[in-house]
Amino acid sequence: MDTIMNLLWIALKILAIVLPLTISVAYLTLAERKVIAYMHSRIGPNRVGFLGLLQPFADVLKLLLKEMVIPSQSNRYLFLAAPVLVLAPALAAWAVIPFSKGLVLANINAGLLYIFMMSSLSVYGVLIAGWASNSKYAMLGALRAAAQTVSYEIAMGFAFVGVLLAAGSMNLQTIVLAQSGNILHWYFLPLLPLFFVYWISGVAETNRHPFDMVEGESEIVAGFHVEYAGAGFALFFLAEYANMILISAVASLLFLGGWLSPFEGIPLLENVFAFVPGLVWFVLKMGFFLFLYIWLRATFPRYRYDQVMRLGWKVLIPITLIWIVVVSFAVKFNIGPWFNQAGV
Amino acid sequence: MTDRLKRFLESLLLLELFRGLWLTGKYFFKKKITVQFPEEKTPTSPRFRGLHALRRYSNGEERCIACKLCEVVCPALAITIESAPRTDGTRRTTKYEIDLFKCIYCGFCEESCPVDSIVETSEMHYHFEKRGEEIMTKEKLLAIGDKYESKIAAARAADAFYR
Repeated sequence: MDTIMNLLWIALKILAIVLPLTISVAYLTLAERKVIAYMHSRIGPNRVGFLGLLQPFADVLKLLLKEMVIPSQSNRYLFLAAPVLVLAPALAAWAVIPFSKGLVLANINAGLLYIFMMSSLSVYGVLIAGWASNSKYAMLGALRAAAQTVSYEIAMGFAFVGVLLAAGSMNLQTIVLAQSGNILHWYFLPLLPLFFVYWISGVAETNRHPFDMVEGESEIVAGFHVEYAGAGFALFFLAEYANMILISAVASLLFLGGWLSPFEGIPLLENVFAFVPGLVWFVLKMGFFLFLYIWLRATFPRYRYDQVMRLGWKVLIPITLIWIVVVSFAVKFNIGPWFNQAGV
Repeated sequence: MTDRLKRFLESLLLLELFRGLWLTGKYFFKKKITVQFPEEKTPTSPRFRGLHALRRYSNGEERCIACKLCEVVCPALAITIESAPRTDGTRRTTKYEIDLFKCIYCGFCEESCPVDSIVETSEMHYHFEKRGEEIMTKEKLLAIGDKYESKIAAARAADAFYR
């Protein structure tokens, strides 16, 4: 009985994470179209519902009502499994994200490692989708996805190592709490190069512009998901946006102090904003990163493929290596103002 | 050497990328230029060449004298005219048809007309639902002319200086 109640309680908690996540994905697509439209001096979708607020639901309904075409000569089991394999890690990674102090599904000690693992697992789904489709464009997209994710994972991993060195823990709650004090103690300052490297590789890892080589509309049609229509395509879409939100959440946890208030440590403002729950700050920080995603998409053209590889291997990895050495020295010799408390 | 160093620093600090972001960031707050079509429309020139019309004089007499200049000048052979003397002895058209599927909207008919009878209005939102509706008969053309006469006259007046 107790185990059943426990499992039910966990299932309820999972629902409480996945449901808002799905809704945020829906509205992120609308926000993306709106923001890009505004940057083009247009106004974007505004016909479906007030200010176009029902647009995402219309889109989802349209996708779900469409026929799912399974290409001939394709491996139908893998073809159907691939969207699930992409989506599952994107959702599973949320298990260790602390939304506020103590508000986390699984407070495990290797949280950072788990996130890293989950964010790189989704590339298998992409690979399988590309291979099972039996289409040259899908195959090329999948190959690009594999190469790109492998390259950028290294830079991203090194960025994680920097945070790990600074915080001395892989537990995401401990990492956030290590940044408490005031806004200057957030890791984006002492780890600025790693912050940028993490963000760039995060954008590359989620295959977003300007690193959307995997989709590359003008070169390989739509890359790995050319052959997908209807619900399968919807799942890929959902996974891509869920991954974007995940990367934003991790970025705000590791570098912007997660749920910590930006007014912490400022005498008067700290008390004024004390009533705001940590979750609100966390969501605001995620929103900032998501806006940045869309902003980047509206601004930059797609990288050439070999330049993507050059950037990953010859620029980002050396920068992270150098900064890891710097951080190691700073931690080892307790160089202030960030690393002068012993044991932090 | 200093050039290369400058270039290196510029790309390392992502300066050009930040400049690009700044530009799109500015446009985010700029005035939007979208014309929301069914409610708003873009302005049209008085010279716009849309749906055809046959005009009348202010006393109600049709202008067309069946000189057939438009039929001759029409590069797409879209105009068919038959004429006969009317009871009062004047030459008038008995049939004046424009096939809108053939018409290329070049405006030559309008230019060739000595009495300003056949004109192209600025009307561009029209459609056909049945086969045969694309043939604009004399009655239809005169009706369009009656409907848009004020607009047609205004467009002529606005353009008169340049003619």
